[in-house]
Amino acid sequence: MIRRSYLALAGLLMMASAAGAERFPGGVTDPLYQAECGSCHVAYPPELLPARSWEALLAGLDHHFGVDAGLDGPTLSRLRDLLVHHAGRADPHAGPVRLRITQTRWFQREHQELPRHVWRSPKVGSPANCGACHRGADEGDYDEQRVSLPR
Amino acid sequence: MNGTFKPLAAAVLLALPGWAGAEPPADLIRAYAAAAREASPGFAGFSAQRGQAWFAATHGGEWSCASCHTHDPRQTGRHARTGKPIAPLAPAANAERFTWPDKVEKWFRRNCNDVLGRACTVQEKGDVLAYLMGLK
Repeated sequence: MIRRSYLALAGLLMMASAAGAERFPGGVTDPLYQAECGSCHVAYPPELLPARSWEALLAGLDHHFGVDAGLDGPTLSRLRDLLVHHAGRADPHAGPVRLRITQTRWFQREHQELPRHVWRSPKVGSPANCGACHRGADEGDYDEQRVSLPR
Repeated sequence: MNGTFKPLAAAVLLALPGWAGAEPPADLIRAYAAAAREASPGFAGFSAQRGQAWFAATHGGEWSCASCHTHDPRQTGRHARTGKPIAPLAPAANAERFTWPDKVEKWFRRNCNDVLGRACTVQEKGDVLAYLMGLK
């Protein structure tokens, strides 16, 4: 009986932590981050990449995935503080520094059940377009209940 | 290119009273005109027609301004890489546009690099602003 309660409790805790992992309130709503990093793409939750990835991205903003996203020094410095402060833990098995969230094992695991036609939908366009399905992406809310796949 | 761009940018900065605050787009285009006159004494004004053609041209590269902002800048655009919607560029559809000179300069700097592979001249900036501000 006691063992069963423990199992139930452990199950509940796991569910709670899994659900919690879908919301990333740290840093996403910062007005400077929204303005500077949320114009061309969703302001990605800082938690989704480790600090070393953010550092590498910020060091190359003049050639940011083929686009000039250069910033002035003071803005860059403030954003570095924000991103590093809220950064996720580094995956010890990750190997070289990853610059794309889509390359992380977490992203791939979370999206593995998604049918291929969703990615090909013109309404999605790119896996960088989180907001195409995640209605709360701008607020860092990736809860499954707010997912709405484009038709 | 940097050598010519920096004095121009400085001239625009100096010509703008209250650079850090919101200004009507008409003030911005006047400042660009002042900078253009200083850069070239033969300056004959900005042309919305030239701006429109320039906006639609790819300038030898992959993208034009219209790649993200569409050929009707009163419509919502879409980032060519990420698919994220971009609010309309024409002030007729989006009153916020061109009211913050430092923001305008930042996006000209980035987007001119992306589309033309160089900084835009003050003539080009003024022409395209004349086009966008003239849309009803």
